Amino acid sequence: MTALSSIPISHYLILCSLLFCIGVVGVLIKRNALLILMSVELMINSINLLLAAFSAYSNDPAGQIFVFFIMVVAAAEVAIGLAIIVLIYKTTGSIDIDVLNKLKW
Amino acid sequence: MFTNYIFYFLSILALYSGVMVLLSKKPIHSVLYLTMTFFAIGGHYILLNAQFLAIVHIIVYAGAIMVLFLFTVMLLNLNKEDSSPKHIWVKAAAIIAGFMLGMILIGVFRGYDLQIVQQPMESQIGLVKQLGRVLYKDYMLPFEVSSILFLTAMVGAVLLGKKEQI
Repeated sequence: MTALSSIPISHYLILCSLLFCIGVVGVLIKRNALLILMSVELMINSINLLLAAFSAYSNDPAGQIFVFFIMVVAAAEVAIGLAIIVLIYKTTGSIDIDVLNKLKW
Repeated sequence: MFTNYIFYFLSILALYSGVMVLLSKKPIHSVLYLTMTFFAIGGHYILLNAQFLAIVHIIVYAGAIMVLFLFTVMLLNLNKEDSSPKHIWVKAAAIIAGFMLGMILIGVFRGYDLQIVQQPMESQIGLVKQLGRVLYKDYMLPFEVSSILFLTAMVGAVLLGKKEQI
């Protein structure tokens, strides 16, 4: 019993914050739209893990149901996002996000 | 004690492959490292005794989403290095911003301690039976609405991917 409780919830908090920050840095430094989408996936996954951890530690199944729905939305988002990226590639010949500045001004 | 070592091993694996997603030169390596991160997070779900989530996570992320990414990288022939990388100052500023965000989050969360109701390894809520009962009893309407969302996403993806002009 005591051995099992030796992972405090704060370790999950720190792990998920670090994963989230890696995702944020990825969105900021990459120019490839595909890699930006992957960094967003990493951020979504860190939040999912934190929700599941809190749900398991406080014995409330609602958190895990929310993780399930977040996965549903993430899957739909990736399908649409990749279709849009393919369309951008067909139109402009590259997926560099700096090309997409038509709406800038 | 053994679960502790598994926890730290999976955490280091997830963080390492997460960093390598950003450091890899070729997009296909980034995709493969991201798959490794997802497997590590799936291991975390098993460690939390959330078996349903672990299975769904592996099927959806490692099975479906990463295959979509791999197909996109390979079909569009994107597997070349970044031709015009961002300016070094932009990169440095981004890394400093992310580092400071991480420091603030860790500083806020450090020392936080939840009043633990349940040992995660002994909780039964993550099993398929329990979670299915909750899903079909309390969350019936969101579950059905999410199927409509999937249908909309599928129609949208097909429409966007069609050859002829819309």
